[in-house]
Amino acid sequence: MTVKFYIARETSARSVGAEDIVLQLAQLMRQTDPDFEIIRHGSRGMAWLEPLIEVDTERGRVAYGPVTPEALPDLVAAEFYRGKPHALGRGLTEELAFFSVQQRITFRRCGLVTAGSLEAFCAHEGFAGLERALGMSPQQIIDEIDHSGLRGRGGAGFPTGIKWQTVADTPADQKYVVCNADEGDSGTFSDRLLIEGDPFALLEGMAIAGRAVGADAGLIYLRSEYPLAREILHDAIRAARAAGWLGRAIQGSTFDFDIDVRIGAGSYVCGEETAMLESLEGRRGQVRYKPPLPARAGLWQKPTLVNNVITLATVPAILTDGADAYAQWGTGRSRGTLPFQLAGNIQRGGLVEAPFGLTLRELICDIGGGTASGRPVRAVQVGGPLGAYFPESLLDTPLDYEAFAALGGTLGHGGVVVFDDTVDMARQARFAMEFCARESCGKCTPCRIGSVRGVELLDRIAVAREAQRSDDIERNLELLDDLCMTMVDASLCAMGSMTPNPVRSAVTYFSDDFRPAGA
Amino acid sequence: MAVRQWSEASARERIAPFCGEPGGLLPALQALQSSFGAIDDRAIDLLAGIFNLSRAEVHGIISFYPDFRRQPSGVHTIRVCQAEACQSMGSHALTEQVKRQLGIDFHETTADGRFTLEPVYCLGNCACSPAIMIDEATYGRLDPDRLVSVLNLYRPAGES
Repeated sequence: MTVKFYIARETSARSVGAEDIVLQLAQLMRQTDPDFEIIRHGSRGMAWLEPLIEVDTERGRVAYGPVTPEALPDLVAAEFYRGKPHALGRGLTEELAFFSVQQRITFRRCGLVTAGSLEAFCAHEGFAGLERALGMSPQQIIDEIDHSGLRGRGGAGFPTGIKWQTVADTPADQKYVVCNADEGDSGTFSDRLLIEGDPFALLEGMAIAGRAVGADAGLIYLRSEYPLAREILHDAIRAARAAGWLGRAIQGSTFDFDIDVRIGAGSYVCGEETAMLESLEGRRGQVRYKPPLPARAGLWQKPTLVNNVITLATVPAILTDGADAYAQWGTGRSRGTLPFQLAGNIQRGGLVEAPFGLTLRELICDIGGGTASGRPVRAVQVGGPLGAYFPESLLDTPLDYEAFAALGGTLGHGGVVVFDDTVDMARQARFAMEFCARESCGKCTPCRIGSVRGVELLDRIAVAREAQRSDDIERNLELLDDLCMTMVDASLCAMGSMTPNPVRSAVTYFSDDFRPAGA
Repeated sequence: MAVRQWSEASARERIAPFCGEPGGLLPALQALQSSFGAIDDRAIDLLAGIFNLSRAEVHGIISFYPDFRRQPSGVHTIRVCQAEACQSMGSHALTEQVKRQLGIDFHETTADGRFTLEPVYCLGNCACSPAIMIDEATYGRLDPDRLVSVLNLYRPAGES
């Protein structure tokens, strides 16, 4: 029987040596048992086990990792290719504790099928959602999405059904679907994993969206830091066109839809939807005034649906299984699942797709195993660089949009970055302002100037702390709070209005780091 | 990446697919940079003419995006992640080590023209922090020893 190995073709796996492992494994196996095959699928989300080799056995896939070039001869000698035990053996993948809370809907195929293979995609319910959508009226599709409770996974959490309805209801000779794949938030990588592991799901979701809102053109704005995702996406689009799933008269229907990819140029603020539209039009990525909403006047002033990768890639599953199957998961107004990304100082980091409602503590401690350094967790930043820092005492907060908003935070794109007790929160607060100063598009004053003043204030506080001048610290903290208020109330977009989240939460929950030692 | 000397004919050829295209300026700039290693002054004149913009507007677009450069980079570009997930895993120390070993600061190129050093804010490799990117290859879980061996991959044999 042919021995089957699975090794992810994915950036994180590559970044820790997966390509070398593939070459070396092939060489060793040729000498041992030449009847073997190495299948390159997407990531299973277990970044901490990369480079991960899975071996197909009668019981299911058995996981071995993290595999080093030094350990490989030993693994082969122990006949790991028959699923036999080894110190790096982790048992059956599906039975790992990492999967215990997971409910994979968006990532249902990721890591299970060969990345970029149209055949494998179609054999696993691929395009079933689009096929169903082709038999529905646009309004029926929108109603289905609306009933599922899906909200924008890019960060803002806006109800997807309402956005689609707005675009659909705006009459125009041309409409667009724009996919935001400018995943710039630190601690997030779910867009990349989805594109690298199941690119056709995104293309299918965009086509369904196009059918629902009346658009025949799709654009994906992908960040330049993701070269492998770019390659996989280009190949997937070519394959989908050749098979009649993109282009004119899709599958013999009257529906035309095609997709192009545009590559970003290193600007964080271009992840803001109107800045992205400016960038797509070939200009500086400066934020637009709203209204008009992009749904009414977006790309080239035409009605434009802008959705994140994960939002769009979840659509096929909703269409395939029905809105109720999706809405049964989650809590309150946060329905379905969110692919959380466990990152930073964490023992078992990676992607965890789970229903909303799980607590931060369950995610970090139970699934993630605490910090990588083994030191106590001190701060957790949820939702990227514009997300609040949470102290240990708030780890029991349930992961849902409203619970986080109530605490002045955001779930954002689902990124969770863990810091141990060596972190200096005054430095993190300064970084937030510094990052805003660097990435601000410059259009509105609170963001452009406020961030620079914020850095200066935090520098003054640091100097005053060093000199033990408490009154100086308090005066500057008061100014900082004032400045934050101005940024929140008067900035044009989330860049300026949410930068105060990490700053204020650092001051509130970690005030010791801003005040003289021993005070 | 083979970088060629500026030639207007080959520049025109390179950007031809984007010229009639709405929003084609960014892809055109990306194509020129990948061909010539940087955006030449003459490219600005050329693009301003083709896209019916002023030279100042083209300059404004180039200077807005961190990816575009006016001066050619070294043979290899090293981008060290400065964002939060990598910070939590020691990117400050890693950054200092890279700077020390190359003898340069951010936005500088080594005297031998081999390496250019740039900061980057997130490579999307946050569960394998700290991370760097050399040209188009991402490296994760870097510690001082691994950094040295990764850098050596990009040095000519016998040099380290």
